[in-house]
Amino acid sequence: MILRKFLPVLAASLISLPALASEVNVYSARKDALIVPLLEKFTETSGIKVNLLTGKAGALLSRIEAEGKATPADVLVTVDAGNLHRAKMAGVLQPINSKKIAGTVPKNLRDPGDFWTGLTVRARPIFYLKDRVDVSELSTYEFLADPTWAGKICIRSSSNIYNQSMVASMIEANGEMITEKWARGLVANFARKPTGGDTDQLRALAAGECALAIANTYYYGRLLDSKKPADKDVIAKISVFWPNQSGRGTHVNVSGAGLVKYSKNLAEGRQFLEFMVSDEAQNYYAEINHEFPVSTSASASQTIASLGSFKADSLNLGVLGVNNSAAVMLMDRADWQ
Amino acid sequence: MLSKIIGCFRSLRPNAFLLITVVAALCVALPIGVIFAYLFTGASDVWTHLLDTLLGRYVANSAWLSLLVACGVVVIGVPTAWIVSVYRFPGRSILSWLLLLPMAYPAYILAYTYTSVLDFSGPVLTWMREMGMSEWLMAPLLGLRSLPGAAVMLSLVLYPYVYLMSRAAFLDQSVNLMEVGYTLGQSRWAVFRRVVIPMSRPAIAAGTMLAIMETLADFGTVQFFGVQTFTTGIVRTYYGLGDTIGAAQLSSLLLGFVAFLVLAERVSRHRIRYYSDRLRKLDQTAVDVRGLKAVLMQLLCCLPIFFGFLLPTAILLKWIFMYAEWQSLWRLTWNSFALAGVVSAIIVFMALAIAYANRLYPSKWLFYLTVVVGLGYALPGVVVAIGVLIPFGNLDSLISDMLSIFGVQPSLWLSGSLFALGFAYLVRFLAVGYGNVSSGLSRIRPSLDQSGRLLGLSQMGVLHRLHMPLMRGSVMTAILVCFVDILKELPATMILRPFNFNTLAVKAYELAGDERLIDAAAPSLMIVVVGLLPVIWLNRSVGRE
Repeated sequence: MILRKFLPVLAASLISLPALASEVNVYSARKDALIVPLLEKFTETSGIKVNLLTGKAGALLSRIEAEGKATPADVLVTVDAGNLHRAKMAGVLQPINSKKIAGTVPKNLRDPGDFWTGLTVRARPIFYLKDRVDVSELSTYEFLADPTWAGKICIRSSSNIYNQSMVASMIEANGEMITEKWARGLVANFARKPTGGDTDQLRALAAGECALAIANTYYYGRLLDSKKPADKDVIAKISVFWPNQSGRGTHVNVSGAGLVKYSKNLAEGRQFLEFMVSDEAQNYYAEINHEFPVSTSASASQTIASLGSFKADSLNLGVLGVNNSAAVMLMDRADWQ
Repeated sequence: MLSKIIGCFRSLRPNAFLLITVVAALCVALPIGVIFAYLFTGASDVWTHLLDTLLGRYVANSAWLSLLVACGVVVIGVPTAWIVSVYRFPGRSILSWLLLLPMAYPAYILAYTYTSVLDFSGPVLTWMREMGMSEWLMAPLLGLRSLPGAAVMLSLVLYPYVYLMSRAAFLDQSVNLMEVGYTLGQSRWAVFRRVVIPMSRPAIAAGTMLAIMETLADFGTVQFFGVQTFTTGIVRTYYGLGDTIGAAQLSSLLLGFVAFLVLAERVSRHRIRYYSDRLRKLDQTAVDVRGLKAVLMQLLCCLPIFFGFLLPTAILLKWIFMYAEWQSLWRLTWNSFALAGVVSAIIVFMALAIAYANRLYPSKWLFYLTVVVGLGYALPGVVVAIGVLIPFGNLDSLISDMLSIFGVQPSLWLSGSLFALGFAYLVRFLAVGYGNVSSGLSRIRPSLDQSGRLLGLSQMGVLHRLHMPLMRGSVMTAILVCFVDILKELPATMILRPFNFNTLAVKAYELAGDERLIDAAAPSLMIVVVGLLPVIWLNRSVGRE
């Protein structure tokens, strides 16, 4: 009985049907929950239907590669610059060619060859335990490898792309040798084996398992918004510090997107990207997920604005992709699990 | 559904079994072949890096984890199966199916819920610190995010494999054999150890092997706990280092390890056959227990149910009712349910054919084909997905190129469809279906077939009239396990699913992976609820007989 009901549905979806007109197909590493409301808004204003497939950036990229010329994908969205660079190098993207995007998004947040653009910015500062650390003791990422912090630092695994990108940016700033030495020093200062996500580091920090933690800003923002009393306690105990303010600035990364080379709906894809940098979309990410807008005309959420302004590393983010595998191997050698 | 499968199966001619076995082996061999092909495309630079740094740790951690989980699932699964098969005490029948419930939980969900409670910053340890309890009391809880911790999580959700298969074996066992033991002056324990366990070895071994394979393929739990295994290494090499060849080489190594395990287990019992005469079944002679002993048995059965099901469910429910916002899960639930239902039916159908091919036409090459069928389960979902994606993509390009002559725009025909996804499930879970079906079939002794033939039944007549009624339980168990496995499957689903198609597992993982545990609670719990449907169905069907 179940079988009979399901069979027509199954038969219809057994072969994927060719795309219809006025559609755009998005492969997104940005999770369903954080992109669907925007897609609905886009469809509302433009009349273009959006088909969505979410997944990990690496997996989506392999899928585009395997699908080759026949790929239905028009737009690839990722949550870091490294994977966009990898997509560019794999030859699956094409230049965006949009005046609107070029006019809105700062140059260092876009690919030099226009193969991808940043859509939102996230920073990775240091968080500290207010009653154990004095702000005057903090200065740079580099200083975290100093023995004064022995057994006091919480950070997640080196498998995580945010850490890989952070180390990639340090390789660019200080060179591989010095960065490896730094990574060894940092690992020696770990309060515990790296486990869990960024929020877990912040919770461990508040519980006193460490004195410092590194995490992306929006995780802090979510805790600020949380209804759980335990999360409110976490926020009460910790504070943010923007490192490297007198030097290159705090490490930032972007969520971004590119147009797929074999896109069949190029105009719609471009229109979609332009929508994503519009104030409406930019304000949405600021409000919902506490990310910084790439557009100067949009404003950060109140929650995040309360953290104060900071100087961001102006490194072109394509570099994060170039240095990614060097960063991973370096962290392996430093035994950063 | 069951009658439909059996109906279809009856209409087959015997040599169709061989054909299906060959097709199934080819299906499983396809992604494996793709992975192996990468081995010959050149050496990877990353390989020397891995040798220098992490490979040793991957091997050691994977081996330890498998060993610990193997011990865990046997220690939990076998005694509970024995208790509910041999003793009669209040609550036995309900406990016997409650014991299956933890199977519905993906291990990583268990890991997320437990850490939220037992972490350094969680309520339990915070309370213990406030009470001023000593360090050594807290140490084991703090150690949850570790290899042993991961082994505990995995054992809690994987023991039902062993429980299910060994219970089926115990129930089928001849009481006469055991009574021979008693008359020879052996104690109950000695009979258990020297008669029951050796007789149930194929079932226990098959269940444990499934648990080990699932452990080796696990990504979510070990990743979350920071344990570096082969699977995390493959994902890291593939995504982090962007090195397909290195990832393929690691996968091949993992596969070699599993092939060795499977072969070693099969070869070690190659010449031994296990049959029972089924004159009197254990079930009919269950021993009544009362008083303290009964309470003790109830408690023992409740432990895994409590830690593997009740506690995490309570935590999820608390999250949902206290903090979560309403979200509609209807569509996701239907997707998950329908996909798992249809594909598990197909898998079990094929598994039956393979099992019968092996029984009717035993030969060396069939033995090896069957080993191939069993390998897919150990491949991490990511590897299966990539192994399916590449050939399907190529095939699509080929079709598109041919159609372009007629002016058709290039598009996808196979990849990006539910067919590709179903294919990946088949590759990955055929071993589960086969394990259950074949251990059921192996307990039907050949003399039964011979008597049937003497009474004038044809070869197929023996299957229809004699085997099918006896195989009902095993077939249903196989469907149940495949169904739940597909319901929980994550990496392959994420990579291969079509546009705008999500399942509960994908939703739960995306939210949990995005550190939105509270929002992930509802889809996680829904996986369990859907997973319960076949458990209830199984129980009702068994009860009817």
